Amino acid sequence: MAALDELERAFRGARRDPAFRKELQGYLRDYAGRPTPLTFARRLSQTIGRGVRIYLKREDLLHTGAHKINNALGQALLAVRMKKRRLIAETGAGQHGVATATVAALFGLECDVFMGEEDMERQALNVFRMRLLGATVRPVTAGTKTLKDACSEAIRDWVTNVRTTHYCIGSVVGPHPYPWMVRVFQSVIGQEARRQMLATVGRLPDYAVACVGGGSNAIGLFAPFARDQRVKLIGVEAGGRGSAPGANAATIVHGSPGVLHGMFSYLLQDRAGQILPTHSVAAGLDYPGVGPEHAYYRRLGRATYVAVSDREALQACELLAKTEGILPAIEPAHALAYVAKAARTWPRGSIILIGLSGRGDKDVGTMAKHLGHGRTPAHV
Amino acid sequence: MDALQLTFKRLRRARRTALIPFVMAGDPDLRTTEALVPALADAGADLIEIGLPFSDPLADGPVIQRASSRALKAGATPARVLELLGRVSRRVTTPLVLLTYWNPIAQYGGTSGSGAPFLRAAKAAGVAGLIVPDLPLEEGERFRRLATQVGIADILLASPTTSPVRLARIAHAARGFIYYVSVTGTTGVRRQLPADLLTGVRRLKRLTKTPVCVGFGISTPAQARQVAQAADGVIVGSALIHTMEPWQRQPVRAIKAAAQFVRQLRWALG
Repeated sequence: MAALDELERAFRGARRDPAFRKELQGYLRDYAGRPTPLTFARRLSQTIGRGVRIYLKREDLLHTGAHKINNALGQALLAVRMKKRRLIAETGAGQHGVATATVAALFGLECDVFMGEEDMERQALNVFRMRLLGATVRPVTAGTKTLKDACSEAIRDWVTNVRTTHYCIGSVVGPHPYPWMVRVFQSVIGQEARRQMLATVGRLPDYAVACVGGGSNAIGLFAPFARDQRVKLIGVEAGGRGSAPGANAATIVHGSPGVLHGMFSYLLQDRAGQILPTHSVAAGLDYPGVGPEHAYYRRLGRATYVAVSDREALQACELLAKTEGILPAIEPAHALAYVAKAARTWPRGSIILIGLSGRGDKDVGTMAKHLGHGRTPAHV
Repeated sequence: MDALQLTFKRLRRARRTALIPFVMAGDPDLRTTEALVPALADAGADLIEIGLPFSDPLADGPVIQRASSRALKAGATPARVLELLGRVSRRVTTPLVLLTYWNPIAQYGGTSGSGAPFLRAAKAAGVAGLIVPDLPLEEGERFRRLATQVGIADILLASPTTSPVRLARIAHAARGFIYYVSVTGTTGVRRQLPADLLTGVRRLKRLTKTPVCVGFGISTPAQARQVAQAADGVIVGSALIHTMEPWQRQPVRAIKAAAQFVRQLRWALG
């Protein structure tokens, strides 16, 4: 609790400090590559038809390949401000681990990244990247050996080394102030997208759609549109192999309220309150909880949450690659897959904004395994 | 006066430090636990702390994590563990204190989320106190009120990093005893305890009449004796579970090893 209070105080102070904001903006622009483009996906829109116009917010073009760097830079600067010498992080797909290892190298901090053993196998390339960046990757063998257990292990390390260490959580999960702080750092996505929509299209989108694991890219996209009631917000969760317990990671769609990792939100759990194992082909969505602000949006009815399957997401990777020359990560491909499916029932000429949270280089192996080679594009 | 108060009063009069072993219910199975608890009482435990397994035990190190996994695999659900405690508490006079995390408590007996059904079931099972490491003081006010109504002591934790202001609030709200965490970190065997541990315990004891028991990291009789210089009680968990781990398929030997270890601790504490 003492550490959380310290962090909250530091973050409140930093937020109000123009020097901190300026420094962060400088790194986001000159190091990470912000603002990211808003790309009109012409051929994808035509493929889907009905005169829809799809715009992609290109977080995949950021340094390290995903939106995770927005938050990692913010938290690393905060850690420096708090005089912490060491960063720790949990990672599922490895994107947040890579982002944290990157900013640790940038600011000369020590870095340990906790990663489930199973994820280390699935994302071997990212493990190597983190090591190249000077981080120590610590395999987690407890429990389900995925993101949830990496998160638990990072929390355990943090309470042990709290005096010297900042825990850089990668999503809008965990105890306060994390869900709020990470949302603030990620809101740059939606703020830019909103400005860009107004500048290039002349109006706000009808739909803003993003994938939701912990939910950081989605909340970052949604929050700046929260007061624009006419913009429908849709979070797409990992439907995995189906609705059976353990076969998916669709926390809001299939879960119920509970407490995990210091937050009250939707969880995938059994009736006795034990956390269930999860499955998603996208390691970055493979988490049995979800950011509490998403639970709040859902309760308010401000956002709706849906799930698409592993297969639909993989097919959407291929669809975007073949229509736009953009290979998305499997995580945001969930959002694409949902749009490809649902836009058929949406009003003609709808304007759709999709958060493309990361690129697919890390997933080429998984795609090859599941999609095979030399097939024609799957039509969704 | 409740069972915990009576026990500590008796110990204080005898100038003795409470010995509090911790075991995980259902590790490796519920039948073993049912025989183990009375054996620990016979070996000299003054209180017995029993874990109700949770899938994600954040405050626990590797030994207790393994014990939790084994117990969950063996089917130790909250309902079965409470049933077991109901049987055991009729056989021993030693007060039983239950440790678990918030989510199993909140989900018990429906979805009200208040923890009231769990508290009532725990009381009926003869549980004297409850430790919930992931329910901080600030979030637990309503639950503490319910616990007091039901007649279960909600035992609070304090650690070396707890601020003086918060320590005072914990001292004020504490029931049963205060669980002072000896180290920053998780449960588990430590070769050495921090040098300023006794100072921390004494500082806390000046704030309250509630007994202060120390846990996390205490693994040898010598360490237990060292802690007893300042603390009202000594909690030993991981080291005890570790002594039983080689005998998972031989419950009789596991229980014997555990009782032997508890006797050594008892002897060290006097």
